[in-house]
Amino acid sequence: MTTDKTIKVDYLARVEGEGSLYLKVKDNRVADVKLRIFEPPRFFEAFLRGRQYKDAPDITARICGICPIAYQMSSVHAMEDALGVKVEGQLRALRRLLYCGEWIESHVLHVYMLHAPDFLGYPDAIAMAKDYPDAVQRGLKLKKIGNELVTLLGGREIHPINVKVGGFYRVPTKRELLGLVDNLKWARDAAIETAKFAATLEFPDFEQDYEFVALRHPDEYPFNEGHIVSSQGIDIPVQEYPEHFVEVHVAHSTALHSRIKERDNYFVGPLARYSLNYDRLPAIVQEVARDVGLGPECRNPFKSIIVRSLETIFALDEALRIIDQYERPAKPSVDVRPQAGVGHGATEAPRGILYHRYRLDEKGDIVEAQIVPPTSQNQKTIENDLWNYAETRLDLPDDQLQWQCEQAIRNYDPCISCSVHFLKLEIERE
Amino acid sequence: MTKPKLAVWKFASCDGCQLSILDCEDELLAVADAVEIAYFPEATRSVVSGPYDISLVEGSVTTPHDIQRIQRIRKGSKVLITIGACATAGGIQALRNYKNVKEFTAAVYARPEYIDTLDKSTPISDHVFVDFELRGCPVNKYQLVEVLSAFLNGRKPNTPAYSVCIECKRRGNICVMVSQGTPCLGPVTHAGCGALCPAYNRGCYGCFGPMETPNTASLTNEWTQHLGVSSPDVMRAFRSYNAYAESFRKEAQNHDNG
Repeated sequence: MTTDKTIKVDYLARVEGEGSLYLKVKDNRVADVKLRIFEPPRFFEAFLRGRQYKDAPDITARICGICPIAYQMSSVHAMEDALGVKVEGQLRALRRLLYCGEWIESHVLHVYMLHAPDFLGYPDAIAMAKDYPDAVQRGLKLKKIGNELVTLLGGREIHPINVKVGGFYRVPTKRELLGLVDNLKWARDAAIETAKFAATLEFPDFEQDYEFVALRHPDEYPFNEGHIVSSQGIDIPVQEYPEHFVEVHVAHSTALHSRIKERDNYFVGPLARYSLNYDRLPAIVQEVARDVGLGPECRNPFKSIIVRSLETIFALDEALRIIDQYERPAKPSVDVRPQAGVGHGATEAPRGILYHRYRLDEKGDIVEAQIVPPTSQNQKTIENDLWNYAETRLDLPDDQLQWQCEQAIRNYDPCISCSVHFLKLEIERE
Repeated sequence: MTKPKLAVWKFASCDGCQLSILDCEDELLAVADAVEIAYFPEATRSVVSGPYDISLVEGSVTTPHDIQRIQRIRKGSKVLITIGACATAGGIQALRNYKNVKEFTAAVYARPEYIDTLDKSTPISDHVFVDFELRGCPVNKYQLVEVLSAFLNGRKPNTPAYSVCIECKRRGNICVMVSQGTPCLGPVTHAGCGALCPAYNRGCYGCFGPMETPNTASLTNEWTQHLGVSSPDVMRAFRSYNAYAESFRKEAQNHDNG
């Protein structure tokens, strides 16, 4: 058989946005891997210039229809940093609650509709539903409950309208939130079932030596706040992000690659969050992790489907806790006055750290904007995974090799539309 | 009987409008039963070749390659429906249409020579005939199911072109402009969201684009004369998610002093 070939996937499926993969094989070794992002550039950072500080949450939400809340949260935190505003108490809790909703709908979408079909050999969840009707129905119902939470707090599931710098336009009554409790309790049990279902899937033996990067908070599993920490000793406030991380523009992608300045590529997302913050998870989640055989650290990206399920349990448990302790604040937002300044914000989008930085003039108009989404931070790491994973599977027929490479990419739940400034698979055997 | 073939295409966009299909948790399996999902890369890796009975198109045209691609999609589709503000009006990325794209590229990318992009972000209807345009940033998922159902059954979709004001009255909202003096684009904005923003105590920001025959001049006169809104703020209000829709474009132009 020939030992040289190229595998190309022109349009990767079940990822959000447009990308492709190119894999070149020479003398039965991987010679090149390129994850290409051809999502057309949309220039958010450029047209944010001249807009007002208060436009940022609504405009940046439009970067990604899958995780708009992450964009709204990172932008309001960055603006509040620039304007010297602190949002605390119940308003802060409501932001966490809204984020719980996004994690639930985004994680469940990925677990059941984008990732599980790969493990079970189906092209999509609809085909999978014919043989696994209970699992797919459970997934749809869970996802709907996540979306209901977002819709109540945000007005609608995609591009919610209720988030503003300083808080919200309208805060819910306790009664409205209590209306969600029965569904959330069912969903917490269903999420435990989901973790058990995910743990029954077959996983390749593929542990990698990543540098994990995630937020870490003194008391909580991270959503909106905390230090940026890494498994190799980074521990910095969000404001120091630009001093440690750098973006590089490569020819084969409209997404910028991120690197740690003094080292190389790194890993953001559920595996990183879990491995760096296991001790911050409530007992209920740690217990399920033990039951399904997952330790306090996970370095197999294929097992991210289990970690997403565990984080879904967390988000549901946290949502119930917040609702239980909720008292409607007297004002829906704190007062904000425009002033000149620079602000940084980093929050945990479902796919990992999302960093925003803005410079404002004295009128509160945006002079400069920088947005670093999770998928562009992971891009180099995905390419490395592909290289190492494909190398051990080159004897497979091209169609199987291709599918397995696609699965290795989907481990990251790559959100390509998100790549502000990302897939196609090509395998070339020479 | 063979099922109608449905295809979902993406141009420059956030993926939110096609995600609305997957967000129809109660209807999704029924929709998948009524049609053959022939092309929908966000949801499936299987591809059935065309021609397609219904093509849903998300996103705006922003690259030379897009122009060729939309022509091929039109040729391969019996019915072509655009979904959302990007496909229908150019989207938020049409803000580039008022600036120098070379400067934009240089602002975002270290190596602008790697980037292949057009000067303007344009709606699908600038390039091919469109059978139906569904508004919204994002679309309303119930309207999306309504439009699909209408085309599958050979009837006209029920998606009223009146203003958000009508939806506000039907929802029983108190007018935020009259009662609180909050600038609101509701009087000139196409219905479809269910008057969401006023229900959450903020002014409509126009994400469904212009209604049928909007009187934008009268509205902005009220804003500037009685609500103290400055001209640059009027311009910014009209220059957002439907910045390149004709009536919003013109009204913004009238307030562009820069």
